[in-house]
Amino acid sequence: MELKTIQTQRVPVRYYEGGAGRPLVFLHGAGGLDMDLGFLDSLARKFHVYAPLVPGYGDSEECSELRDMLDFTLHTWDVVEQLGLKDPILAGLSMGGMIASEMAAIAPNDVSRLALIAPAGLWMDEHPIPDIFAMLPYELPGYLFYDAEAGAKIMSAGADMSDPKFLQAFLVQNARQLGAAGKILFPIPERGLASRLYRIKAKTVLIWGEGDKLIPPVYAQAFQRGIAGAEVVMIPQAGHVAPFEKPADVIGAIARLQ
Amino acid sequence: MRFTWFNLMPWPYLPDDFREKNRSVWVDIDSNLFDPVKSHQVYNNYLDLLEYAAKLGFDGIGVNEHHQNAYGLMPSPNLIAASLARRTDDVALVVLGASIALYNPPLRVAEEFAMLDCISGGRLVAGFPVGTSMDTNYCYGTIPGLTREKYQEAHVLIKRAWAEREPFAFNGRYTKLRYVNAWPRPIQQPHPPIHIPGGGSIETFDFCIDNTYSYSYLSFGGYIRGQALMQGYWDRVAERNAPDTSPYRAGFAQTICVGETDAEAERLYAKHVSYFYNRCLHVYPGFADAPGYRTIKTIQKGILSQYAPHTMFQEFPWKELVDNGSVIAGSPETVTHRMEDLIKKLRVGNIFCLMQIGDMPRDKCMHSTRLFAEKVMPKLRKMFPDYAPEYVNDGRFWCKPLAVRASPGALPVESDPVGADR
Repeated sequence: MELKTIQTQRVPVRYYEGGAGRPLVFLHGAGGLDMDLGFLDSLARKFHVYAPLVPGYGDSEECSELRDMLDFTLHTWDVVEQLGLKDPILAGLSMGGMIASEMAAIAPNDVSRLALIAPAGLWMDEHPIPDIFAMLPYELPGYLFYDAEAGAKIMSAGADMSDPKFLQAFLVQNARQLGAAGKILFPIPERGLASRLYRIKAKTVLIWGEGDKLIPPVYAQAFQRGIAGAEVVMIPQAGHVAPFEKPADVIGAIARLQ
Repeated sequence: MRFTWFNLMPWPYLPDDFREKNRSVWVDIDSNLFDPVKSHQVYNNYLDLLEYAAKLGFDGIGVNEHHQNAYGLMPSPNLIAASLARRTDDVALVVLGASIALYNPPLRVAEEFAMLDCISGGRLVAGFPVGTSMDTNYCYGTIPGLTREKYQEAHVLIKRAWAEREPFAFNGRYTKLRYVNAWPRPIQQPHPPIHIPGGGSIETFDFCIDNTYSYSYLSFGGYIRGQALMQGYWDRVAERNAPDTSPYRAGFAQTICVGETDAEAERLYAKHVSYFYNRCLHVYPGFADAPGYRTIKTIQKGILSQYAPHTMFQEFPWKELVDNGSVIAGSPETVTHRMEDLIKKLRVGNIFCLMQIGDMPRDKCMHSTRLFAEKVMPKLRKMFPDYAPEYVNDGRFWCKPLAVRASPGALPVESDPVGADR
């Protein structure tokens, strides 16, 4: 994958690009793309992959003009437009799945294939989604990974919170990334998508880690009820970060859209 | 010097094993720990103490806003201030303050502050905090990354509502109003003095300097630890070419306990100080700083929240708290000496005296308060005498009450209702 920059109306956008085949736009979750680069490499063996960063993620410029769901949705359409893509497969993980759903709902005739991996965007009082904004770094793996212990090792690799320099860099990254994500996820990751899901015309696959402890699999059924003809693919032995934990299974599920 | 007796209104019945059994004193604190019947006495006791401080000659009595918080029982500081307005006479009512970004529309704050100023005869000192992340983001659901923008817009609306004399349309991003027409408006013109409590954001420093507002650092960490932050503020005052360096551009909150002797202070107050520092400040670090609440610039300056994780799980003994300046405690002489040190080192004209500490009972609080008022305060009055005379007790940062004010409760016996029309 190659990291490139494209200019959009509001802000330069950083994106990864690689592979060949049918174009596929992958939208990352609130954690960013770092953990999914391996997954994207594999995905690029089947598709021409474009993975833009939400402004503020990685080394990309922040954009204070993106404030609400409509801003995020239209901005991401601007990115697709600038990439010169027509009807790419839209895929998104968690927050990225929420944005992809909104894009497909707002412009149903422009999206014919939609892959939603544990998307955010719905809320059921009887199944509250844990508050990632109040979690300490050591608490995250338990919610994100199927194997929390292995996840903790991956997430803490190279992290030394007692080193002030590291701590400051960590806080800056958190403020930039989760600060941006908070615009559509804080305090409740729901911005009215439920009332718009019916507009989606795309052939849709809902991909969910069976052991997802952040957005529990019961939400797969809720999305399925809202999107006509959507298919659910459950991934065994995977948590919320299924693309990281079971890349082949997730890619196989996306490939069903072909 | 201006001394404000400040009451956070802590809940005094947190159990001994509070820290072990609860993750946070704030946001998701166990609702069962609050007892409404007991709170009746607690509130009235705290109001009595504020009124007592006014009688002893403090310049101001102070209240502030917290939500879902066992060390601050005032979700609505304006309600408390309204009650104090009627029961006090010449003391400033320092509301530090109402979190202007949390009200919809924020015009509500302009109205309530105007009411307080009118009822009290121009005794309001108005605070406009951004609010802590715990209150603003976690309790009241404001999106962290938009909090400052929302705050700025609320500030513009309130200032315009107080200043303009014709109804106007306000087309904000967060508030849209067709007819802004503040009724009532404050007595103090162009507006009551404004204090901004802050926790070290560069943007808040600049906001105060540019608008001639007083910057208040409401820390519990004491003056020695607060020095770096206040120096940062004064450096910024110089950098931005403020027209003067009046000490009233700054305020500082300090926990203070006065006894007849140093030993008495420890004997009387140590357990209540421990209650506050070891139970009331037990805040879950996950609530300390929602990502996006602080600006990148502020994080890069390295001024981290006083609620940052490294301070959370220590046990603070009396000696350490006194030595490191978190608490200024001792005989009147000791306290005077340390207060002089504080006032000089931080260059602050406004002192917010935190004297109702944790579960301190009324008699002890009165004792400490009286000793401070009688034996410490008079000796500190003349600080900054060498400062430019026009800024001694700088009026830009303090209230200007009406010369002639109403006497509450002074109705005559009803005698001649018909004659009233003549």
